[in-house]
Amino acid sequence: MTTATRAEICAVACAELFRGDGEIVAAAVAGFVPMLGSRLARATFEPDLLTTDGGPVLSAEPVPLGRSATGIEGWLPFRDHLWLVLNGRRHVVMGPVQIDPFGNTNISCIGDWERPKRQLLGVRGGPGNTLLNTTSYWVPKHSTRVFTEKVDFVSGIGHDRGAHEIRAVVTNLAVLDFATPTRRMRLRSVHPGVSVSDVVGNTGFDLDVPADVPETRLPTPDELQVMREVLDPKALREREVPS
Amino acid sequence: MSPVSSASKVMAIDEIAGSLESGMTIGIGGWGSRRKPMALVRAICNSPVTDLTVISYGGPDVGLLCAYGKVRRLVTAFVTLDTIPLEPHFRQARQNGDIQLTEYDEGMFMFGLYAAAHRLPFLPTPAGLGSDVLKVNPELRTIRSPYEDGQELVAVPALTMDVALVHMNRADARGNAQYLGPDPYMDDLFAKAADRTYVSCERLVDTGDLLKEGPLQSLLISRSQVTGVVETPNGAHFTTCEPDHERDEAFQKLYAKAAADPAEWTAFRERFLSGDEAAYQDAVRTWQEESR
Repeated sequence: MTTATRAEICAVACAELFRGDGEIVAAAVAGFVPMLGSRLARATFEPDLLTTDGGPVLSAEPVPLGRSATGIEGWLPFRDHLWLVLNGRRHVVMGPVQIDPFGNTNISCIGDWERPKRQLLGVRGGPGNTLLNTTSYWVPKHSTRVFTEKVDFVSGIGHDRGAHEIRAVVTNLAVLDFATPTRRMRLRSVHPGVSVSDVVGNTGFDLDVPADVPETRLPTPDELQVMREVLDPKALREREVPS
Repeated sequence: MSPVSSASKVMAIDEIAGSLESGMTIGIGGWGSRRKPMALVRAICNSPVTDLTVISYGGPDVGLLCAYGKVRRLVTAFVTLDTIPLEPHFRQARQNGDIQLTEYDEGMFMFGLYAAAHRLPFLPTPAGLGSDVLKVNPELRTIRSPYEDGQELVAVPALTMDVALVHMNRADARGNAQYLGPDPYMDDLFAKAADRTYVSCERLVDTGDLLKEGPLQSLLISRSQVTGVVETPNGAHFTTCEPDHERDEAFQKLYAKAAADPAEWTAFRERFLSGDEAAYQDAVRTWQEESR
C-alpha cells in the first residue's frame, strides 16, 4: 500500500464519526467522502450501521460509491426519512455553506433573507435534523468564507440553540468538535501535513486550540484496501479533496 | 351485479391548465428533479394564469413557473435539480425579489400536508424550533403538549390547496393512479390535501391491468381524490420517472446552463417551450438525435 491521500484520511475521519452508533441510519448526504466514510465504518468497525446506496433503499451490504444496491434489506423513501428524524435513530452528515463557533449552519441564502444576495438550496431538513438527530458536518474546502463568526441564516441549529448533538466537523484540513465548557468549536486534530496555523488562518472566528493538537489518525492498511478496491475503486473521493 | 360507473375523467393537457385561475394555490407532487408533472407545468407556463401560490418540494417545476412569472408566493423547503444543486431560475427570482417565500423545514412541510390531507387545522412537530424558520414565518405558532411532558412544539398549519398536480406511472380513466418507481414522494398527500387533483401519467391502462405491473401497494391514489387524468408519455421529462424513464441529465444540464443566461434562455424557450406538449417532445427528440 502506498501512503494514504488526504481524501482517504478525510474518509477515515468521517468513518470515525459513526463509531459507537450501532443500529441506526447513517445519512451521509454531504458528498462522496462522508458517504464513503459511513460505508467504510459499516464495512469495518461499525457493522450494525444501516446505509443506503444514495437512493431509497437500505443496502444489505455497504455499496461501492456510484453503484446501486444489489442486495437490499429495507426501504427508506423520503417520507420515512422524515419520520425517522423525529424517531431519532439517525446520524446525518450535512454540508454547510456557513458554520459559526457553536455549530449553527446555513444552507439557505447569503445576505438578507428577504432579498438574498445569493439564494442557495433552502433549509431542507436542517432544522429538524439538528434539533433531533446526531449531526456532523463535512467541509471539503476549509476557509474563512465557510467558518464565519455569524451565519446569515440559521438553517441548522448549533449547541447554543438546542442542538441534539453536533458531533464533529471534518474538513480537508482538520477535525473539529465542541468538547469545551462553553461548547464553542475546538480543534481536535490536524490532518498529517497541515499545521495548526493553517487551520486557524482559514477559520473566520476564534477557535479553541489546545496546547497539544494531535494528528488525525492514518487509515489502516485494511481500511486503505477496502476503500481502494471495494468501496471506491473509481476514486471519486479524490475529486472532492484533490491531493 | 352492481352498476359500473363509466364516467371517464380523461382530459386534455390544455383543459387542465385552462381550468386553473389566477390567484389559486397549486400543489405540485414529486421531489426536487424527480417525477414532476412537467407536461402540466409547461402548459401552465403557456397559459394566461398568474399570481399563483405554489406548494412544492421544489425542482424545475418551480424554476419554470418562476421563469414565466407565474409565482406570487412559493411554499417550500428547498429548490434543487438534485444532480445540479441549485435551480437558476428560482435563484434569480429570489435575488430579484420577484417572489414571496414561505420557507419550511422538510418535515414541517410534510406535517403541513398530513394536516391538510386529514382536514386538521395543524399538526405539531418539534422540527423548526430554534432555527430562523420561525423568525421568517412570524405567523407560525407553537403549542404546548397538554400531557405531563409539557413539550413545546411548532403547530404547522395545514397546507391546504385549491389544486394538486401529480405525475404517476399508470392510471385508469377514472383516476386511480399507480407509481412503479422506488419512492411515492408525497403525491398521495398532495392529492388528499387538494380540493381538486389532476393526475398526468405515462400510460393510461384499463383498471383490470393496473396490478399487472405493480403490487397492490403501488396503487397510491384513489379515484375518489381525482378530478381529471391525462396521458402524457415522457411527461415528467427531464425529471426522473422510473421505471419508465430516468432523468435526462444531458437535457437538464442544457436547461440549467440556458437558465443562467438571459440570451441563451430566450433561445431555449423559443426552441423547446414555444409550442404545445407534442411540439416539446418533438424538439427534445430532435435535440437528442443531434447531440448523439
